[in-house]
Amino acid sequence: MTTSQEENFMRKISAEEKIEPKDWMPDAYRKNLIRQISQHAHSEVIGMQPEGNWLTRAPSLRRKAILLSKIQDEAGHGLYLYSACETLGISRSEMIEQLQSGAAKYSSIFNYPTLTWADVGAIGWLVDGAAIVNQVSLQRTSYGPYSRGMIRICKEESFHQRQGYEAMLALAKGSEGQKAMAQDALDRFYWPALMMFGPHDSESAHSQKSMEWKIKRETNDDLRQKFVDQTVKQIEVLGLEHPDKNITWNDERGHYDSSDLNWDEFWSVINGNGHCNRQRIEHHLAAHEEGEWVRDAITAYNEKKRAKKAQHAA
Amino acid sequence: MTTITEKLELFEVFVRSKRGLDHKHVGSLHAEDHEQALEYARDCYTRRSEGVSIWVVKSSDICASQEDDADCFYDPSDDKPYRHATYYVLPDPVNNM
Repeated sequence: MTTSQEENFMRKISAEEKIEPKDWMPDAYRKNLIRQISQHAHSEVIGMQPEGNWLTRAPSLRRKAILLSKIQDEAGHGLYLYSACETLGISRSEMIEQLQSGAAKYSSIFNYPTLTWADVGAIGWLVDGAAIVNQVSLQRTSYGPYSRGMIRICKEESFHQRQGYEAMLALAKGSEGQKAMAQDALDRFYWPALMMFGPHDSESAHSQKSMEWKIKRETNDDLRQKFVDQTVKQIEVLGLEHPDKNITWNDERGHYDSSDLNWDEFWSVINGNGHCNRQRIEHHLAAHEEGEWVRDAITAYNEKKRAKKAQHAA
Repeated sequence: MTTITEKLELFEVFVRSKRGLDHKHVGSLHAEDHEQALEYARDCYTRRSEGVSIWVVKSSDICASQEDDADCFYDPSDDKPYRHATYYVLPDPVNNM
């Protein structure tokens, strides 16, 4: 590494220029990006599991088709992100290996179980809603392939949140039992959704460097506040009770004040003790192993085709 | 008589106009090899600083879908309007999500 390379890199960053795969970049920038993008990709992929749990029990064919489409999108988003991450010089199989060994993390929201159909609505509305707040901000990230992936994902993601809210609305305006189910899902998913933004800025290990390098453009707490603010009205329109009894408008700040989160729970789930941590990885492993024959068949077919071509050429 | 262009290969040219944007197809040209194609592309397509990065790809290496078959190629998404955000009608006060 020479000073001029580093200076040139920092000049691009401060001029709001994107860093592209073939540019020189500090090792720590590359490492930081690989950690964040692969974690993001793993979240898309693992996130299919809690929703997949309700696919065969969706209340109507319409809801089933919508849910299937959403889950399909998540697989696609995982693919965009894995590809963006591969431009940094890590292979797909290395990333999968890191996910399965626990070396790489995914968003801890997906370690919560989906107990009722209303959870599917709550996930689309709150979990995808929180993800959108984060991803809109990441469209301006300094790494070109990540930024372009985020732009594409954000375009597709809006339907995810709207279908979730629509499903919640149907329940909230339904029978007493349905309304109670919606309230229960809101109560359970509201807090973990807020935790998706990560620890307080003061506790966040990677935040400062990530902000300097413009990998992240807004801090965890600022993004969380945005989500808190936008969700108040949405809960009101559903006619449900806000899970946070301390939610109050603060005229001076121009934001809602809210309760602090249960950070013990946050760290406990991150460290592997959530309801579904083990199940999620076991399922991923099983699906990966059961898919072995498909990968083998693809390789065998390709070899057969190559051999045929060679024979024709001879 | 074989013309010079028949002896040369056809290359497709993609130009990134600004860092952070996708490379966009701008046209094609004939060249002896990749290096030459890059130089020609620079002279031909970026005479007024239209780009910060150029890709050249042999046209024969591009596998394209057939537009004549577009109807049946894409029809699996025709009956899935629910993939669009506008499909969902929400109350006005929350319709900006």
